[in-house]
Amino acid sequence: MDNVELLSRIQFAFTIAFHYIYPPLSIGLGVCLVVMEGLYLKTKDKIYEELTRFWVRIFALIFGIGVATGIVMEFEFGTNWATYSRYVGDIFGSALAAEGIFAFALESAFLGILLFGWNKVSPRVHFLATVLVALGSIFSALWIVVANSWQQTPSGYRIEGTGMQARAIVTDFWAMVFNPSSIERYSHVLIGALLAGSFLVLSVSAWYILKKQYVVHSRAAFRIALWVAAVSSLGQLFTGHQSAEVVTKYQPAKLAAMEGHFKKSAPADMYLMGWVNASEQKTMGLKIPGGLSFLVHQDFNAPIPGLNSIKAENRPTAVNFVFQTYHLMVAIGMTLIALTLFSLYLLYKKKLFETRWLMSVFVFAVLLPQIANQVGWYTAEVGRQPWVVYGLLRTSDALSQAVKAEHVLASLILFTLVYVMLFALFLYLLNKKIQHGPDVMDSDQEEPSSRMNPVLN
Amino acid sequence: MDTVLGIDLPTWWFLLIGALISGYGILDGFDLGAGAVHLFFRKEESRRIALNAIGPVWDGNEVWLVIGAGSLFAAFPFVYGTILSVFYLPFMLFLVAIIFRAISIEFRSKEEMKWWRKMWDVSFCLSSITISLLLGLILGNLIQGIPLNANHEFVGRLRDFFNPYALLIAVTVLSLFMMHGAMYLIMKTEDRIFTRLTIIANNTSKFFILCFMATSLATLIYVPHMTAIFKDHPALFVLPVAAVLIVLNIRRSIEKRQYQRGFVSSAVTTALLLILFAMGLYPNLVLSNIDPRGHISIYQAASSEGSLRTMLLIAFIGMPLVATYTIFMFWTFRGKVKLEEHSY
Ligand code: HDD
Ligand code: HEM
Ligand code: HEM
Repeated sequence: MDNVELLSRIQFAFTIAFHYIYPPLSIGLGVCLVVMEGLYLKTKDKIYEELTRFWVRIFALIFGIGVATGIVMEFEFGTNWATYSRYVGDIFGSALAAEGIFAFALESAFLGILLFGWNKVSPRVHFLATVLVALGSIFSALWIVVANSWQQTPSGYRIEGTGMQARAIVTDFWAMVFNPSSIERYSHVLIGALLAGSFLVLSVSAWYILKKQYVVHSRAAFRIALWVAAVSSLGQLFTGHQSAEVVTKYQPAKLAAMEGHFKKSAPADMYLMGWVNASEQKTMGLKIPGGLSFLVHQDFNAPIPGLNSIKAENRPTAVNFVFQTYHLMVAIGMTLIALTLFSLYLLYKKKLFETRWLMSVFVFAVLLPQIANQVGWYTAEVGRQPWVVYGLLRTSDALSQAVKAEHVLASLILFTLVYVMLFALFLYLLNKKIQHGPDVMDSDQEEPSSRMNPVLN
Repeated sequence: MDTVLGIDLPTWWFLLIGALISGYGILDGFDLGAGAVHLFFRKEESRRIALNAIGPVWDGNEVWLVIGAGSLFAAFPFVYGTILSVFYLPFMLFLVAIIFRAISIEFRSKEEMKWWRKMWDVSFCLSSITISLLLGLILGNLIQGIPLNANHEFVGRLRDFFNPYALLIAVTVLSLFMMHGAMYLIMKTEDRIFTRLTIIANNTSKFFILCFMATSLATLIYVPHMTAIFKDHPALFVLPVAAVLIVLNIRRSIEKRQYQRGFVSSAVTTALLLILFAMGLYPNLVLSNIDPRGHISIYQAASSEGSLRTMLLIAFIGMPLVATYTIFMFWTFRGKVKLEEHSY
């Protein structure tokens, strides 16, 4: 691997991993905002209005950084991966253009009204703007995930030309859009975003509850977010399982790496946790023997092709990395299910908000979906190597010819400095906004009261 | 070749991308310009008013860049890869400036401290200037052509991009945006800052006219291929004439204090200058200045017919929507800026 390739990969991975801190929060929070403001319009209860205004301020901060770092991603395809851009332009470009036209334009136009329009438009129009911003962000995820899914499981195309001139041409637009993995992966990504957003609301609310500030507001917000989180965490198990089925069918090398399965053809185990020694082709850990075989074929003894049944140059190299990231994601998924279901049970028993240790857990649990989202992508993307477009274009062939290693190094250093600063400022301002809390207009609202919405009790 | 309404598909996309880039120049042009003149305002209140004049709209304006770049990627992927990778470092600086600009607008009002606000004001102004200059620098080099060999491979060096002509275009773009931005702000403000802005508009417009004359002259002398088209089609000569008249009209409007007119004229100027560039280019997208075989034409660079057709449909459905949101947004925030609790 030469330096341009290595540096470009590091830069791409770094900038997109950083970008991906924000969009899931925007998408998830956007949906939470729709619920809060919708409840305000429905019940006319000031609490929901104050909550909405508070969370809109946090949303603005997150959204702003999401936009700024997203533009970097779009340009990086051309700057660092020019050959790739030409190869997939016919397919990928249309998804990206559609994303801009249908999603970003919607988001950014109505974002202005969401943030600054409180006194300019009626509450209904404002709510409409909130809904459209949320929809816009949901659409934007759609197109980008479709494009990425096409890279994972290409379909609806033919290859034209050879060597450096080769490129993929769309033959069937809808087959391209609904390629074998888009629906599974889009739903999985979207639910991951809901988890990220709802856990942010849970974390901040739990913190207020522990500090006995804004208790009424926080309990109301906590309930909304807890329902979103509980349903989503179950949904995530389901869509994750579906994604795994797609991987089994279309990317056997990735599946083998995810479970550290080397043997050419043998029953495959399923690990709860473990460690892969790739050079000795050994995987050790806590396992259900034949578990993977059972999940795939409903038979503990069914053989599954392992890494050795794939040509050496087509195998993912970082097997242990893929194994670990995948298992971390699944472990977090299971934890989230247990945590949210247990909390719902306590809510039903009316003991939830008094269980202080659980509130403390929620304060920190905001990190779990974030980590799962990150490692989920690492699994999907590193497991896809050495291909950029699975089975068609190698990462090493996808680079820009005109770019020199020292230029990429310079930009990588630049981005690292800027992003470290940006992240520090983000945390600082987020913390400040949380410390400031919602603006409560009249003080008797702070009494735990009958005003709470019976529907959510 | 397939045609729609008598125009072939790559040409459609050439026109559409031209329209998107003009839209970007006109819309983001005024908020970049507003950023570039930001430090001329001294009072905290004036700075806040200026910032809030673009507050609700700048993000929407920037989306034209996102859509323009996305469309270039989709319709002419070969050119997208070539231009972005050839101008690697300028684009990286551009991206960093875009980041700084976004967060300056977003973060400035989040703290009361004087140094904090000053820091973001400076960052806002510098990043706006940097973006304008870089856009001009890249444009200037594309007008002259870049060193591509017969295989369309780049054989030049980074420092060649900093040639006098490209630097002149960079300054011209900056002056155009500053004038454009000042006139936008005039329409959104009153009192003290309004008066100050009328002076800024007056000065920047004079500066722009100087640059405009220098650019026209330099183009006639040093970049003959941009004017060759008028030899074959003398009728097209109305366009540069129109450009000159409209530029003069900007001055006239400013002297008569008809700023709305002036703003529209500078918007039209932006579009006309880009149209002149496009005419010099067509049917190529990227010119080589060392070997005519290195030119990249729209036909060489285009995506497949099927893809272009599908996207044309997407554009015909999508662009009216985008136009509707844009108009709705500007309509909602029409009138003079008033500071309130949600303002930056
Ligand atoms: C639409 C396309 C797309 C999307 C949505 C993503 N990626 Fe990706 N990713 C790529 C398209 C891509 C790519 C262009 O195809 C790369 C660059 C080099 C490569 O091999 O694949 C890549 C590489 C790449 C690598 C480096 C892999 C390696 O070099 O071993 C990592 C770690 C990620 N990505 C992580 C992510 C994360 C955290 C994402 C979450 C947003 C993500 N990717 C979304
Ligand atoms: C390589 C992949 C990606 C590219 C090229 C990309 C591109 C972009 C661009 C250009 C923007 C800024 C748009 C604006 O100005 O409003 C943006 C923001 C955004 N992106 Fe990405 N993006 C990528 C990955 C993702 C993924 C995987 C998701 C979600 C699943 C996502 C969701 C969003 C959202 C919701 C926004 C709006 C801003 C925000 O909410 O923070 N993006 N992206
Ligand atoms: C509950 C058990 C879970 C299972 C079985 C599961 C399964 C999977 C699988 C198999 C993939 C790879 C798909 C591919 O390579 O195409 C994946 C990717 C991913 N997962 Fe999960 N997952 C689970 C939980 C979670 C959770 C809790 C989150 C986040 C909150 C999450 C976020 C992601 C993301 C962002 C990706 C990358 C996008 C994609 O490829 O779909 N996952 N998951």
